[in-house]
Amino acid sequence: MASDRKPPPASGEQPQRAPEWADGLKQLYDSVVEEDLPDSFKTLLARLDEIDPRRGGGGGSSGNSSQSPDDRGAQA
Amino acid sequence: MSDSETPGTTRTAGEKADFKRELTAVVPHLRAFARGLCGRPDMADDLVQETLLKAWAAQDRFEPGTSMRAWTFVILRNAYLTDMRRNRFRGEYDEGVAERILTAPAGQEEPIHLSDLHRALLTLQPERREALLLVGAGGFSYEEAAEICGCAVGTIKSRVGRARAALTEMLANGNIPRRSTDDEAAHRAILEELDVVAAGNGVSTRG
Repeated sequence: MASDRKPPPASGEQPQRAPEWADGLKQLYDSVVEEDLPDSFKTLLARLDEIDPRRGGGGGSSGNSSQSPDDRGAQA
Repeated sequence: MSDSETPGTTRTAGEKADFKRELTAVVPHLRAFARGLCGRPDMADDLVQETLLKAWAAQDRFEPGTSMRAWTFVILRNAYLTDMRRNRFRGEYDEGVAERILTAPAGQEEPIHLSDLHRALLTLQPERREALLLVGAGGFSYEEAAEICGCAVGTIKSRVGRARAALTEMLANGNIPRRSTDDEAAHRAILEELDVVAAGNGVSTRG
């Protein structure tokens, strides 16, 4: 269990030396960051333009009470 | 066309486009943060979608030039805390993650299994897990993390320190619960902790 094989990262911020799992934590995070975005997100992002933010929450109320985000209103 | 009902808050089309571009850019980070918080990919993605809709609705409150990632993380964690209170999140562990193994760097004899690390992470108290995710994985400074969590910098430092110590201990001793769902005691502790969090002790739950 000799754990002195790796010098700590150059950042002087770190008060303790980085534990050996620290890279793993970043890797867990980065593995999700690097995943391809599921289609559901692309769909949602594409739809955002159709949702008027002023109707959704511009009034300062905490919820989206009257206008559900799914019901973006008929645009007839 | 009626576009005069909220004077002063209406963004130009260009500003809206900027906002959307920045929002789109942080989606992968939101997914990673959410996955770390709740462990289940499907639930995490639901949370991110909810966050995106809320962020979009609240875009007038975003100050251009500030960190979109930090701003949306606040929305995400508030949504997470709200969901937790409503649904009594079951803390199920996703086996998919268990298949990923961190390959050992040269010279290191024992590989750390990412699945072990992830499981250990999910057993931490939510506030500590969150602090560690922000600082240790998300790369936020203590100051930024404190702002996201609505607490003092010293509190974040202490939470990160405790989270690190707990993880180090668990991983060093191989003392990791098999699955969070199998560990009733740990599970109950997490839920009790959440009640404290949800009650507003230490963190803000209102956006």
